[in-house]
This record gives sequence, structure tokens and C-alpha cells, in this order.
Amino acid sequence: MSELAGKAIILIGALFNLFGCIGLIRLPDVYNRLQGATKCVTLGTCSILLGVLISSGINPMGLKSLAAMLFIVITAPTAAHALSRGAHKSGIPLWEGSVVDKYEEES
Amino acid sequence: MIGFVLSLLTLSAFLCLFRIGSGPTPADRMVGIDILGILVVGFCALFAIITGRAFYLNIALAWGLLSFIGTTALAKHLEGKKFDE
Repeated sequence: MSELAGKAIILIGALFNLFGCIGLIRLPDVYNRLQGATKCVTLGTCSILLGVLISSGINPMGLKSLAAMLFIVITAPTAAHALSRGAHKSGIPLWEGSVVDKYEEES
Repeated sequence: MIGFVLSLLTLSAFLCLFRIGSGPTPADRMVGIDILGILVVGFCALFAIITGRAFYLNIALAWGLLSFIGTTALAKHLEGKKFDE
């Protein structure tokens, strides 16, 4: 039972990874790509690791998977935020259909 | 079933490689490198499930750490600062 549940969660995670990477291809500028890809790929990879934890149970493999999951949840949004801040400060323009740029107004 | 998941992840990695190769600005390539680094963690977790050995998850942890540090250093470089300010 837990084997089947783990495999289903792994499949959902892989689908989220694929959708995030399609967003990385299809979206128009750097900031949209970061937005779409980072959120989807973080959720997808965390759910693959959760599937490993569920299907293997509480043993060293499951606990290492839990540690990797917590680490990804903390670091992936931080890295994406640093990257978008650097891109904005280095003067990469927004897509021409963007309607608001709060960071430019406030700094 | 695991083979299908592996093929989905491989397709995602090739889409990331396309973005790394054809990004119009340097920031696009850095986004691709960041996403590819997170995808490799998922690959390592899948290899741990397939082979039943736990040391692939050690590789996943170390790869996540190094990918985070690398992306932060690239972002600092993109911002135009030196590494000690």
C-alpha cells in the first residue's frame, strides 16, 4: 500500500517537474521564467523526495530524503530571489507587456 | 512506471539544456543552471529507489548544497559586486 502511494506521489512530482520546465521554455522574460520554473520544480522535487520517504519508511534512506526535502524548500526560493534581484540590478529589461515594476519605483 | 518517471525527468532536463544553450541574456542561462541543479536532486532520489541503496541520497544532499552556493555566487556576479562586499 505504501509502495503504491509512494509511486503515485513520485509520478505527480515528475509531472510537476515537466510542467515547470515547459514554463521555462514558453514564458517571455527572465522574471516570468524564474517564477514559473522555480515554484513548479521545487514542488515537484519535494514530492519525489516525499515519495521516497513514504515508500521506504523510517530508516536512514527515508530520513536522508526528509533532510534533502527540507533543504530544497529552504534554499530554492532563496536562490531564485537572489538571481532575480541580480538580474534586475544588472539592467535586464522586463517583458514589454509587464504592467508594474514596484522594485524600480521604490529603489 | 519508474522508467516512465525517468523519461519525464530526462525530457525536463533536455528542456533546461535548451534554455541554457539559447537564453537571450546571461540571466536566462543562470536560471537554467539553477533549475537543472534541482532536477539532479530528483534524479538521485529516483536512483536511490531503483537500486535500493541509500548513498545516492548523500549525493542528492551534497548536490543541493553546491547548487545553492553556485547559484548565489552567480547572482552576486550578475549584480556586479565582488564576493567580499
